[in-house]
Amino acid sequence: MEPAGQRNDTIALSRNALAGLVNAIKLDGFAVFGPTVRDGAIVYDHLDSLEDLPIGVTDKLAPGHYRLAPREDHALFGHHVGPHSLRREFLIPVATLFRARRTPQGFAQIEEPPPARKLALFGVRPCDLAAVAIQDRVLLNDAYRDTDYAARRHGVLVIAANCTQAGGTCFCASMNTGPEARAGFDLALTELDDDTIVCTIGSDVGRALVQRVEHVPASDQLLERARLLLNDAATHMGRTMDPHGLRDLLATTLEHPRWDDIASRCLGCANCTLSCPTCFCTSMEDMTSLDGTEASRLRRWDSCFTVAFSYVHGGAVRPSLKARYRQWLTHKLGSWHDQFGSSGCVGCGRCITWCPVGIDLTEEITALRQPGGS
Amino acid sequence: MEDLQRVLREHHFLKGLSDDHIHLVVGCTKNMRFKKSEYLLREGAASGTFYLLREGQVSLEAYVSGKGVMRLETVEPGDVLGVSWAFPPSRAHLDARALEPVLAFAVDGACLHAKMEADPALGYALMKPLLEATYARLERSRLQGLDVYRTGV
Amino acid sequence: MHPVVPQPTPITRVTKELSDTFSIHLDVSARGFSYRPGQFNMLYLFGVGEVPISISGDREQGQELVHTIRAVGGVTRPMRTLKTGDFVGLRGPYGTYWPMEEAHGKDLLIAAGGLGLAPLRPAIVHALTHRDRYRRVIVLYGARSPDELLFLKEVERWRGRMDTEVAVTVDHAGDDWFGHVGVVTALVPRATFEAKDTVAFVCGPEVMIRFTVRELERRGVSREAIWVSMERSMKCAIGHCGHCQYGSHFVCKDGPVYRFDRLAPIFHVREV
Repeated sequence: MEPAGQRNDTIALSRNALAGLVNAIKLDGFAVFGPTVRDGAIVYDHLDSLEDLPIGVTDKLAPGHYRLAPREDHALFGHHVGPHSLRREFLIPVATLFRARRTPQGFAQIEEPPPARKLALFGVRPCDLAAVAIQDRVLLNDAYRDTDYAARRHGVLVIAANCTQAGGTCFCASMNTGPEARAGFDLALTELDDDTIVCTIGSDVGRALVQRVEHVPASDQLLERARLLLNDAATHMGRTMDPHGLRDLLATTLEHPRWDDIASRCLGCANCTLSCPTCFCTSMEDMTSLDGTEASRLRRWDSCFTVAFSYVHGGAVRPSLKARYRQWLTHKLGSWHDQFGSSGCVGCGRCITWCPVGIDLTEEITALRQPGGS
Repeated sequence: MEDLQRVLREHHFLKGLSDDHIHLVVGCTKNMRFKKSEYLLREGAASGTFYLLREGQVSLEAYVSGKGVMRLETVEPGDVLGVSWAFPPSRAHLDARALEPVLAFAVDGACLHAKMEADPALGYALMKPLLEATYARLERSRLQGLDVYRTGV
Repeated sequence: MHPVVPQPTPITRVTKELSDTFSIHLDVSARGFSYRPGQFNMLYLFGVGEVPISISGDREQGQELVHTIRAVGGVTRPMRTLKTGDFVGLRGPYGTYWPMEEAHGKDLLIAAGGLGLAPLRPAIVHALTHRDRYRRVIVLYGARSPDELLFLKEVERWRGRMDTEVAVTVDHAGDDWFGHVGVVTALVPRATFEAKDTVAFVCGPEVMIRFTVRELERRGVSREAIWVSMERSMKCAIGHCGHCQYGSHFVCKDGPVYRFDRLAPIFHVREV
């Protein structure tokens, strides 16, 4: 992908043209995934057409609170983020990493073709794209490469949807990941009204794609409208968090009394880790077929909130809830910097929304910044 | 006597003492040899002697009915033995047995005690290494009590 | 191929070490295998699971690898039934290693507790093979009781060398044991070494490491000269699964061997 955002890289589309774009993508053999309403939530799922987007639906987000609500308009992208992130598509919840058959020489691997699927992400959020880049750093660009993840990530077409409004638990502006996508997309859409979409071209693939539908260069006036909407979203985040100095803060507050306070509220349910778009912890499970001739190894999502997660012979390293919450937050916002050179948080707010008791990490950080014992 | 003074001041336990203080200790000290398996201390017995080990290994033991002899620690040249002397009723709380021929300075507790009472500076000079040795043994006992190599039950 | 796929590897020999501890010798001649003392491998029992096991030795220039295993878990217990001619899955080596060259020209002090001798054995063997690179070599080894002393014959051979100081102690013993009784830390003040010019490698249970480091510091060895091997839950060994995190470290790739001063900020914090 090449740098985008130049004047001639920004076009305007009608909604009809956008519907045509979805069809063009499908014609190219892509399975299209994007936000859609299912079971009372907006999730990333299969899209047949533009009509499958959550048209005229929004989501009300607050700590421990998520409800859908109708909108007064027919916006395609008038919502925020649901419980699912893109993690489900790449670091899939359960993956088979290895299968083998018992042989006289021990065992022989049963070779399987890597997962191949032409995937197009349509209408995905900037925070979620930022999260994919963070997971790429862990699973693709570290010393070892997760080949299952790599195969699923390969050749994915990305049509991002910039956020023109912020949700009650959103703080991407604090984490510098939104509300406008800056990288990692082929096209990025900014919906101005029910029939006007400004589209930033992010790659040659994206440029070729828009040639197949009717479009005009984006006028200065439209660009200005888009800029105002994105600015408005950035300045109306439901939450804010000062990201500066978090690495040092969390490295030096391991004994802060606030951790006890959080532990008194936290249920240890692991919702925060399961809804987080960057959490990458997994377990490996080995098993055999019933007759014992075949074995497989599964990689399954795991969570540092379980006691068993840190188990070494003799006992768990982090038996207390306090230690497990501390592990999660210090890793996400602190030691991630040491490990991977960035924060592990993109400010999507899911951990706040989906916490059954509404623990808000932005508030906890504020509290941890106060001197211990206060 | 001068010879004893010379070797005594080389003992690890007395390293911090002045010549004058060493001289006072010499007056209460004699050389003793123990054969292998001979007891330096017996649990429960009155123990008026404080040993500074010079040669040979000594085992601190407790006899546990049904289990036999439990060896709690071995002490080595440079270590001290018989700290129970310092506190009434001055009875040994463990057996101390020579595991090999042992050479030790045996310090008469009553003699030393009288000199320490008379000269608090000497008392302090001796209590310092005594506390240090006792504390080190306490630390070791604590680590031993943690039983760190025990595997999951 | 996914990096967690193990390679079937034949077992040439299984030796019983202690009542619950055994060593399996693996023939790796088919692929060639090089490792550094202190590194570990993942051993896979078909369909049962996989465990991180430090490499406790090798023979014939890395043609045969030794892994010493204590049967305490769901994978290591069934591993007790392995015998010559069986296969295990192998992948590795992983992790950091004992920095032998740090001790060149200095006194090398090695303190092991319990099964902690296993990952140190290759370091000791290496040091004794290249004995002239070091000044004094001191091995301090503590175990729970006389019948839980690992590699006893070999330890006796090391002890027999005139150029090496070896002291062995057990926490508990009966009347039939003629060696030291007491914790391994008690051996530190008795050992002969030049504290300012010593490099120490320490491996054992975490509490043993804590007490030993303190004793070494008391003798005047600096934290920068003390290397320790940490144990955490290692599942993938490639820094992906998150289980072995210890502060900002992934013990599987940033460890298990650490210079102590680098762990100091979190070493005494509970439940990190």
